[in-house]
Amino acid sequence: MPDPLLRADQIAPPGMTPVSFELQAGHCLSLSGPSGCGKTRLLRRLADLDEGTGDIRLNGRKQNDIAAPQWRCNVSLLPAQSPWWLDKVEEHFSSPPTLEQLQALQLPVQCLQQAVAQLSSGERQRLALLRLLQQEPLVLLLDEPTAHLDETNTLAFESHIKAYLQAHSAAAIWISHDAGQRQRVGDQHIVLGAADD
Amino acid sequence: MPGNGNVSAISILFWGQRMIELSPWDLGLAASLMLLLALLSHRLQLKLAKPLLISTVRMVVQLSLIGLVLKVLFSTEQALWILLMAVAMLLVAGREVVARQHRRYRGWWAWGLGTGSMFLSSFTLTLMTLLVMIQADPWWNPQYAIPLLGMLLGNTMTAVTLTLERLTEGAWQQRERIEGRLALGQPWWVAIEDIRREAIRAGLMPIINSMAVAGLVSLPGMMTGQILAGAAPVTAVQYQILILLLIAAGTGLGCLAAMVWGSRRLFDERHRLRLDRLESPRS
Repeated sequence: MPDPLLRADQIAPPGMTPVSFELQAGHCLSLSGPSGCGKTRLLRRLADLDEGTGDIRLNGRKQNDIAAPQWRCNVSLLPAQSPWWLDKVEEHFSSPPTLEQLQALQLPVQCLQQAVAQLSSGERQRLALLRLLQQEPLVLLLDEPTAHLDETNTLAFESHIKAYLQAHSAAAIWISHDAGQRQRVGDQHIVLGAADD
Repeated sequence: MPGNGNVSAISILFWGQRMIELSPWDLGLAASLMLLLALLSHRLQLKLAKPLLISTVRMVVQLSLIGLVLKVLFSTEQALWILLMAVAMLLVAGREVVARQHRRYRGWWAWGLGTGSMFLSSFTLTLMTLLVMIQADPWWNPQYAIPLLGMLLGNTMTAVTLTLERLTEGAWQQRERIEGRLALGQPWWVAIEDIRREAIRAGLMPIINSMAVAGLVSLPGMMTGQILAGAAPVTAVQYQILILLLIAAGTGLGCLAAMVWGSRRLFDERHRLRLDRLESPRS
């Protein structure tokens, strides 16, 4: 076995049972469990948005040894609702996504020139993914990314992620309530228990 | 030097020619206007009569007392008393900033942020004005030092309050957006940049407004006071320009300091948004 890309040892956001796992490059870990069991908090802990216990290493380097913004560029969280802080979509991109990228996610080309408010939540979510992938993260943290997508778009989303993981030797942690999706995307699976408090 | 220390701090700054003394009847007539207003608001059930009368009484008592304090202060030769007075003014202003905050910083930060920002801006500018521009003898002459500091502190207090309020409230309301931007790898100062900009704008808007309409819509209070006290209008204008420039610079510096320290405190060294450093608002 090669060294893992991401290693999490006994990590726990406050009030949660510790979790340990290793993630190889190219792999995807599915994460499930009842509402309120701390799935989102676990991702936030991995992105270093919340404090917590445990040891997290990327390519053997400790989380605290890497500056927080740089860590989050490498271990990138796609939240359930990504922020759009400027008026137009294209203003949020350092360079506009290519035609192929847009088509792969079934997005119309003109959506880049549109105002963010005119887009559906599903379109916003797919554009947020493109924006995130432009930073070429090594680990993707996906928080129910296809909740607002129909079946066709969901499948396109999944294969886009898969292609990215292969092309960039990256890995992903994917929260999903859909057992079918977990089977399709996951190479490893973690089921969190109910909150113990 | 005439000893009529019971005029307002504003017109103490410079002595003009002989001033028409106000009789108790004149002040009583002006006070009866407040009674009229309170009566009207009572009849209209606006529930403003009580706060109006309380603040009227507070104003009269506070100004009368400060008149006496200034009278004593002006006759003293000791810089220590002036310093004590200045520190007391700063502490009261610091307390007011805390009292006006909807979501306060926890611990001594609530008090320290506002007071520190006001100290930095008002005290340095007052010192510079006294030492370099006015050059009274001695330089800490209370007749100049106290009104000048009071005017700077009063204006900086409002501006710092508005800046901190907008900063904490904005961070609270836009916490998801800020954390989403942090998740994209933006450093904390980028993730909160638009809120910082709004906070400074909110703090500086009053002074920008009053400079824009000074002389056209409003005659600023200090100038009015001096002219009423008999100073030549041109001299009064010169001092008013100086004062407005100092206030603008002081509020600008104070807001900047409050914005920089205040927003820094909202994040930790790992660039995490730490809203747990704010108290929940009281109802």
